[in-house]
Amino acid sequence: MVRKSSGITSTSQFKNGISACTNIGTTTELNMRDFFNSRGISYEPVAFEKADEVVAAYDAGRCDTYTTDKSGLAAQRTKMKNPDEHIVLPETISKEPLGPVVRQGDSVWEDIVRWSLNTMIEAEEYGITSANADSMKTSDNPQIKRLVGAEGEMGAAFGLDNEWNLRIIKQVGNYGESYKRNIADTGILPDRGPNELWTKGGILYVPPSR
Amino acid sequence: MTVIAVVLVFGFFTYNAQVNMENRGIDFGYGFLSQESSFDVQFSLIEYDGSHSYFRAYLVGLLNTILVSVIGIILATILGVLVGIARLSPNFLINKFAAFYVEFFRNIPLLLQIFFWYFAALRALPLPQDAEPLLGVTFLTIKGYFVPAFIWQNFNIFFYSLVAAIIAIIVIRTHAKKVQETQGKQIPVLLISIGLIFILPLLSFLIGGVRLSFEVPVLKQLAATSFIYEGGVSLPPELIALALSLSLYTATFIAECVRAGIQGVNKGQKEAAASIGLTQNQVLKLVVMPQALRIIIPPTTNQYLNLTKNSSLAAAIAYPDLVLVFAGTALMQTGKAIEIVSITMFTYLSLSIAISLFMNWYNNKIAIQEK
Repeated sequence: MVRKSSGITSTSQFKNGISACTNIGTTTELNMRDFFNSRGISYEPVAFEKADEVVAAYDAGRCDTYTTDKSGLAAQRTKMKNPDEHIVLPETISKEPLGPVVRQGDSVWEDIVRWSLNTMIEAEEYGITSANADSMKTSDNPQIKRLVGAEGEMGAAFGLDNEWNLRIIKQVGNYGESYKRNIADTGILPDRGPNELWTKGGILYVPPSR
Repeated sequence: MTVIAVVLVFGFFTYNAQVNMENRGIDFGYGFLSQESSFDVQFSLIEYDGSHSYFRAYLVGLLNTILVSVIGIILATILGVLVGIARLSPNFLINKFAAFYVEFFRNIPLLLQIFFWYFAALRALPLPQDAEPLLGVTFLTIKGYFVPAFIWQNFNIFFYSLVAAIIAIIVIRTHAKKVQETQGKQIPVLLISIGLIFILPLLSFLIGGVRLSFEVPVLKQLAATSFIYEGGVSLPPELIALALSLSLYTATFIAECVRAGIQGVNKGQKEAAASIGLTQNQVLKLVVMPQALRIIIPPTTNQYLNLTKNSSLAAAIAYPDLVLVFAGTALMQTGKAIEIVSITMFTYLSLSIAISLFMNWYNNKIAIQEK
């Protein structure tokens, strides 16, 4: 992320001596080194313990650029005094896939979390929303029926009843609804980018629930 | 009994850690220290980048901790002594101002003060392109304090001349003391010392071929609105803010030690000294201070230790000290929590013991020599 007023629109415009704010303890510090080293640019890393301090220091003008995960940058941008003065540059300098995390050693709980996410993504694929989930029970498509608990016995596999997935969809909606509510409408990252279903040009692709 | 209890407790924790680490498949070892660290550090006193080892990163952090502690201790001592004496001043204004300073800075948590000096001062500082030169060639900006770099020619000759001057001063001082003890004559040691420390290095310039030139920082444009100074030396604002807040905070405690020390010297001592015809300065230097120091040194040692340990708050404002570089980044990259935390704890322990030993030695030196 850089200030719009700097006129920088691409990381290729970075010059020797640039100062970069970030926080410690992420892969960012390593990515930053790889990035600047491979391009032969000398830089000043300013690494804070917490993200709030990074935002404050960057916003005050301590650094020319602020680097972290793209989704993180999008979220932190909204904390700036004037978010419109900053842009997230288009280049992605490393792959940082994010997902839910569970503690090691509880495979049943891990399955529940994994399939909760899968359910939300698949529900979007089949057009099941929090509004129409109940009516989908009478659908002709067996895959849809399985997703709203009208067919199959998936829940039993991890000790839940059969309408566990229906409740998820009714309460928080499918992945698209959740994204719109939490990320797009809040202005963090209105464009879904690769966070789009595989059928719509994104990379979200999940195994079928059965 | 106590020994058994201690051994049992430690034994239990060690065993517990071993079992848990085994269950999670974490292996224990210090081999990672020689691996490539692959992260860069903003500011280091020795040559370092990500291609060096984790051990080198540890040294970088340790030296940065020592650097800010030394700067902090020197500034805090100077300020603390001045304020401590000011609190005993008969001048109402000076006296109350010193008291206000002590009460104010002593009673605000240090972390808040560090944030204040860093973020408040940071926002107040100009961007590099707007900075007015300070003292002609230095620039205080939000990105740091840029000062000219010294470029020496024949630096070793200059250095030797300085060493020679210091040795000469020590010789003259011992000689002066002997003369005073045997003949009662006083030699103006201070004047001679000042003369020596200036004249000898000056000679090295005139006839020793020593040359000094400056590399002045020059403004460089990085993008439409972002600038930086190139050339010269840059002091990062993190270092300045940390050293400033540590010394302002610790100076209040040292001031109180100094005040207590001076007040702890019996009033009769001063009156007796004055009655044998010593001047005001001589009374302070020869009678009051030697006795006051014995009271001042032990609690001040504590403050030096506190300052050194408090410097670990650096992580909050991105000053790359031991905690941020080693117990922060290195720990998270390697996952060697027990190893790194134990090394860090041991390092702080060693630093503290080193300071204590030095101060104890100094305290013994000035203690009453009983015969």
